[in-house]
Amino acid sequence: MDSKHVSGNGVHLQESVQIAAKILVVGHFAVGKTTFIGTLSEIPPLRTEETMTQAGAEIDDLKGVRGKTTTTVAMDFGRLTLSERLVLYLFGTPGQQRFVQVWEDMSRGALGALVLVDPERLEESFAVMDLVEKYGIPFAIAVNRFDGQPNRSDDELREALDLLPDTPIVTCDARDEKSSANALVALVRYLQNRSS
Amino acid sequence: MSDVPDDLPAESADLVRPYVITNGRGLPQSDRFELITLVTATEGGTGNGPLDPEKRSVMELCEGGYLSVAEIAGHLDLPVGIIKVLLSDLAEEGRIMMRAPIPRAHLTDVQVLQEVLNGLQARFG
Ligand SMILES: Nc1nc2c(ncn2[C@@H]2O[C@H](COP(=O)(O)OP(=O)(O)O)[C@@H](O)[C@H]2O)c(=O)[nH]1
Ligand SMILES: [Mg+2]
Repeated sequence: MDSKHVSGNGVHLQESVQIAAKILVVGHFAVGKTTFIGTLSEIPPLRTEETMTQAGAEIDDLKGVRGKTTTTVAMDFGRLTLSERLVLYLFGTPGQQRFVQVWEDMSRGALGALVLVDPERLEESFAVMDLVEKYGIPFAIAVNRFDGQPNRSDDELREALDLLPDTPIVTCDARDEKSSANALVALVRYLQNRSS
Repeated sequence: MSDVPDDLPAESADLVRPYVITNGRGLPQSDRFELITLVTATEGGTGNGPLDPEKRSVMELCEGGYLSVAEIAGHLDLPVGIIKVLLSDLAEEGRIMMRAPIPRAHLTDVQVLQEVLNGLQARFG
């Protein structure tokens, strides 16, 4: 990378950064979200976990709830300082209807979402696509082609995933920086067209 | 990093964060922190009175410069919900200050998107 005075490689952000933006990287288990975020992030990707319990339970402290604790949800994220004043965060989590708060936190203020799909397991993407639509997040599809898979035409994918005609479909290898960056660029261009 | 399988079968009930630490204090306030709210320590914020260990570790991390709420949670290995509660206490005590995610009044999504695009192209060609 050339030295453009933009570097966010330390733990902390550069002092001049004023604006934080967010793009979601979503998809089912093992579709490549963590790989994608790690490929693009300027910091080692971070992860947080939350223990989730059933909505409506009356809880005053951790002890009281231990017996009702249901499951853990994890979120991966990475960071890209994109100008003197702007930092972009990439957040990834699997799609599960019931992780209400995690999805509310993630989607609030998000510019858009990149939905990673494995063309051999399309039906596993339905849950996450429902969520993205439910929260009204504009999205593009990134087809993460694993080795040796046959190609599928965009038309086939569009039909199988029930996409609108203008929803972008890009192919990407989450292990490759350029390929992953291209997928993000396709999403951003789509978002620009929608809002102009 | 633990390897929690994240494709557990769907259940009907909505799942929410269970805990309310510090007796529920500060929870509504913690709503003002988003995942990407940028936070840093105020000058003298750490020295300004005693701090419990969790808050001290938040302060120590925040003294180095700005970080997002999500990063603070990730570095300290605490859930985001807990970090938000700690931060809202610390903000009330004047120990930290925040930068809101996108100053909407000054910047449209169109401008942000253009800057994101330019930044991606400059960085990755
Ligand atoms: N061939 C290939 N393998 C990938 C790609 N993306 C991820 N993987 C592999 O798929 C596995 C699951 O990826 P991971 O990023 O952990 O998926 P996540 O569960 O969505 O976070 C890992 O072993 C990755 O190395 C890709 O684009 N191509
Ligand atoms: Mg993962």
